[in-house]
Amino acid sequence: MTSPAVRFDKVSRHFGPVKAVDEVDLAIAPGEFFAMLGPSGSGKTTCLRLIAGFEQPTGGAIEIFGEHVEGVPPYRRAVNTVFQDYALFPHMTVAENVAYGLRIKGVDKRSRRLRADEMLSLVKLSGYGDRKPAQLSGGQRQRVALARALVNEPKVLLLDEPLGALDLKLREQMQGELKSLQHRLGITFVFVTHDQTEALAMADRVAVFNEGRIVQVGSPEEIYERPRTRFVADFVGGANVIEPAAAARLGLPEGLWSLRPEKIALGGGDGEAIRLQGRAQEVQYQGAQRRVTVDLGADRLVMVVPAGVANFGEGEPVALSVPAAALNRMEG
Amino acid sequence: MSERASFLLKLMAGAGLLFLHLPLAFIVLYAFSTEEKSYQFPPPGYTTRWFAVAWERQDIWAALTLSVQVALIATALALVLGTLAAGALARTRFFGREAISLLIVLPIALPGIVTGISLRSAFAIADIPFSFWTIVLGHATFCIVVVYNNAVARLRRTSPSLIEASMDLGADSFQTFRHVVLPNLATSLLAGGMLAFALSFDEVIVTTFTAGQQTTLPIWMLTELIRPRQRPVTNVVAVFVMAVTFIPILAAYYLTRDTADVAGSGK
Amino acid sequence: MTATTATSPPRTRTSLRGRVSDLLASRPKLLALVLVLPPLLWLGLVYIGSLLALLLQSFYSIDEFTGLVVPEFGLSSYRELLAPANMDIIVRTVTMAALVTLASGVLAFPIAYYAARYAKGRTKAAFYLLIMLPLWSSYLVRVYAWKLILAKEGVLTWAAEETGTLPLLDGILGLPVIGGPSLSVSYIGTFIVFVYLWIPYMILPIQAALERVPRSYLEASADLGARPAETFRTVVLPLAMPGVVAGSIFTFSLTLGDYIAPQIVGPSTYFLGQVVYVQQGTAGNIPLAAAFSVVPIAIMAVYLTVAKRMGAFDAL
Repeated sequence: MTSPAVRFDKVSRHFGPVKAVDEVDLAIAPGEFFAMLGPSGSGKTTCLRLIAGFEQPTGGAIEIFGEHVEGVPPYRRAVNTVFQDYALFPHMTVAENVAYGLRIKGVDKRSRRLRADEMLSLVKLSGYGDRKPAQLSGGQRQRVALARALVNEPKVLLLDEPLGALDLKLREQMQGELKSLQHRLGITFVFVTHDQTEALAMADRVAVFNEGRIVQVGSPEEIYERPRTRFVADFVGGANVIEPAAAARLGLPEGLWSLRPEKIALGGGDGEAIRLQGRAQEVQYQGAQRRVTVDLGADRLVMVVPAGVANFGEGEPVALSVPAAALNRMEG
Repeated sequence: MSERASFLLKLMAGAGLLFLHLPLAFIVLYAFSTEEKSYQFPPPGYTTRWFAVAWERQDIWAALTLSVQVALIATALALVLGTLAAGALARTRFFGREAISLLIVLPIALPGIVTGISLRSAFAIADIPFSFWTIVLGHATFCIVVVYNNAVARLRRTSPSLIEASMDLGADSFQTFRHVVLPNLATSLLAGGMLAFALSFDEVIVTTFTAGQQTTLPIWMLTELIRPRQRPVTNVVAVFVMAVTFIPILAAYYLTRDTADVAGSGK
Repeated sequence: MTATTATSPPRTRTSLRGRVSDLLASRPKLLALVLVLPPLLWLGLVYIGSLLALLLQSFYSIDEFTGLVVPEFGLSSYRELLAPANMDIIVRTVTMAALVTLASGVLAFPIAYYAARYAKGRTKAAFYLLIMLPLWSSYLVRVYAWKLILAKEGVLTWAAEETGTLPLLDGILGLPVIGGPSLSVSYIGTFIVFVYLWIPYMILPIQAALERVPRSYLEASADLGARPAETFRTVVLPLAMPGVVAGSIFTFSLTLGDYIAPQIVGPSTYFLGQVVYVQQGTAGNIPLAAAFSVVPIAIMAVYLTVAKRMGAFDAL
C-alpha cells in the first residue's frame, strides 16, 4: 500500500475567528512513530482530534490509509486514542475497560476476556483485570488506556500527551516501552507532546506546530540541528538565535543563524572557527554541565561547558570559538 | 485567627441547630399523647393506640395512595425531563442557554403560590377540569429542577473525554449513552429522583390550587390543621410524613456524599 | 466555512439508527437541541403558558351580579388592589418578609460560620445533613410543630410556668398589634414560624460564600495587624455578603408567597398569599387573585435585579 497512514490536505479547523488549525499539509507514513510538537494552543491537539474524528475540519481533506474521513464519526474510524487523562470508565473494571471495544463489536464474553488478559500482559498488568481504575496508580492507568486502545488493532494509534501526568522517572521508562511496543506491533503511532526531549527521544519524525500551522517537519536530528525558523530554534532546546545585525558585528556571514550552545567551544578551536572574546555574565550550575551566558559587548551567546572542563566565575573573561559547520542558516 | 471556635459561636451554632430540630421532637411526643382535645403539655399520659386508629382510617389510606401515585409519576416525568435538560445544558454552549437554565429554576424560585395560581388560571382559561393529572402536571414542573441540579452537577464533573473514549472505541451515540453516560449518571439520578419524590410527596401549596376536591396526604393534614377532628391521629400522620420524606433525603445524601451533588440551595 | 473538497462521500450505514447516531455525534449543538426540546416544551407550555394565563387573568374582571369572569381587557382588578384594605395587606406582608429575612440572616450566620470554618469531617457532614433535612422535608409538619409549641396549653406556656417567666410571656402577649390571646394566634407566632421554616435557605448560601473565603485572607489580615473582630468586620463579612443576599432571596420570596403558615399560626388578618387563595377559591374571583399574585412577582423582580448587581447569583 502506497497511500500514507494519515494525510492532511490543506486542513483547517476554525472556531469562529480562532484558527486552531490553519491549512495544514501532512503525510504520516505507515508504521511511523510520528510526533506533533508545539506549545499549548499551537494546534497539535486539534490535529490529533481531527484524525480521531472528535473534530471535523472546517476546510481541507483528511485521509486515513487512502480513505477520506470527513464526516465519518470516531466510532467508524480504524484509529484509537490514548487520552491525556486516560479517560478510563470509572464504573468498569480494568478488564471491562480493555474489553469495551470488543464488547461493542459483539465479541462474546469469554473471548473478549481472553483478549483483554492478553493485552494486559502485553502492557505488564497481568492480574490487574478485576480492579477498578481508581485503585491504580497513574502509570498503571496509562498502561490500561494503552491496552484498551490496542486491543482493537487500530491502524493508527493516537496518543495525546500520554506521559504528561507521570513523574520524570516513570516517564523515561514509558518512553522506552512505548517505542519498543510500537516496534513490535508495527502500528503507526501519532503522539502529541509539548516536551521536546520526549519528541526527539521517541519519534521517527517530528512536526513542530506554532499558531495553527506546521513550521517544520523532519527527523529529530534535522529538527534539532537544522531548525528552519527562529521559533523552532528557540522552542526545541533553546538555541542561540543570531540576528543579521549581530552576525555582522560578530564577523559571521550575512544572514539569520541558529547556533546550539553545546557547539560553542572554549579556546581557539581549529582554523576555520570564528573566535570571539567576552565575559561570563551568568553561570548556571546544571550538574553535568554549566550553562554560561557570555557577554560579547552588544550581543550575548549561551554556551554549555561540561563539568570539570573549566570553572569561571561571573565577570571573568571567556575566549570561545564557533566552528563554521555549527552555524545553521534560517529563514528570515 | 484561632483554630478553635469560641464558646459563644459554638453556643449560637448549637442553639441554631436545636431550634431547627427540637420542634420536630414534640410532634413525635404528641403522637403518643392520651389527650385528644387540646395540645396540653406535658401530655397527661402516653399511648400507642393512635397508630392503630390511624391505620384503620380509610380517608388516610386514600390520601396516602393518591400522594404516592402523584409523587411516583411526577418523579418519573421529572427524571426524564430533568436528565434531558441536564444533558443539553451541562457542556454545550448555545444561544438561549442561560434563559433556559433560568426557566428550569423559576418554578421553585418564584413563591409556590405564584406557580399554583398560574396553573389554576391556565386551567380556568383552557377549561381543564381538575384531575389526577392536573396535580401531576404541577408537581412534575417543580421537580424537574431537582433532577436537573443533580444530573448537571454529575455531568460537569464527568470528564468529557469519557464520551469521546467510548466513541473512539467503536460505540455509536446510543451505545455510548447506554454503556457510559447512563451508568455514570445512575447514582445522581437516583438521588435526584428521591429528592423529587420527597418534594412531591410533601408539597401542599401548589397542590391546593391544582387538586380541586381531591385529597393528597398533605392536603388531608392541612384540613385537619385548620379544622381539627382527631388531633392525635393528625400527629401520627405527621410523624409518618416526616419519616417518609426523611428516608429518601438521607438515601440521596449517602448516594452522592462523595461528590456532594445535592445542591441544597437549588431547591 | 469552506466546503470539503475532492472527497468521496463518507461511508454510511443504511440503518436509520446509524444515521441518527452519526448526525448527533457530529453535531453537538443539534444533540443539545434535541435533548432540550422536551423539557423546553414542557416548561414553555405548562409553566410560561401558565404565567401568561395568570397575567391575562389579572386584566379580566368579575361580573358582580353573576360572579362569572368577564374575559375583557381592563384594569379593574389592579384598581381594586389599590384599595386601602388591600394595600394594608401588601404592606403587612412585605414588612413581615423583611423582618423574617433580617432575623434569618442574624440567626443563620453563626451556624453557617461554624459549619464553614470550624466543622470538619463527620461534624461537617452532620451539620450539612441537619440543615438539609428540614430544608427538603415536611413543610406542613414543621408548621404544625409550632402550633403544638405555641398553643396556650402548649410547651411554651409550660416552660414559662416552670421557669417562672410567665409574667414575661404575658407581657409579650399584651403588646399591641403583635401580641394576642396566645402566641399561636399572634403575629409573633407567625414570625417565629416563618423564621423557622426558611432559615435553612439562609444558612446554605452563607456557608457556601464563607467556604470560598481562603484561610490565607484571614491570615493576611491578621498578619497586617487586624484584630479578629476587625478581620471579621472588614474581610469576612463583606465576602459573605453575596451569600447573605442570595439567602435573602429565598427567605423574602418564600415569606411573600406563603399562605399556609399564617393560616395555621397567626391572627385572623390576611397575608398576601391568603388573599390569593381565598379569592381564587371561595370568592371565585380569579382576576383579583391573579392581580394579587402579580405583586410578589413584581417585588421579586426588583429584588432579583438588585441582588444580581450585588453578585448574589454567584453564591447560589
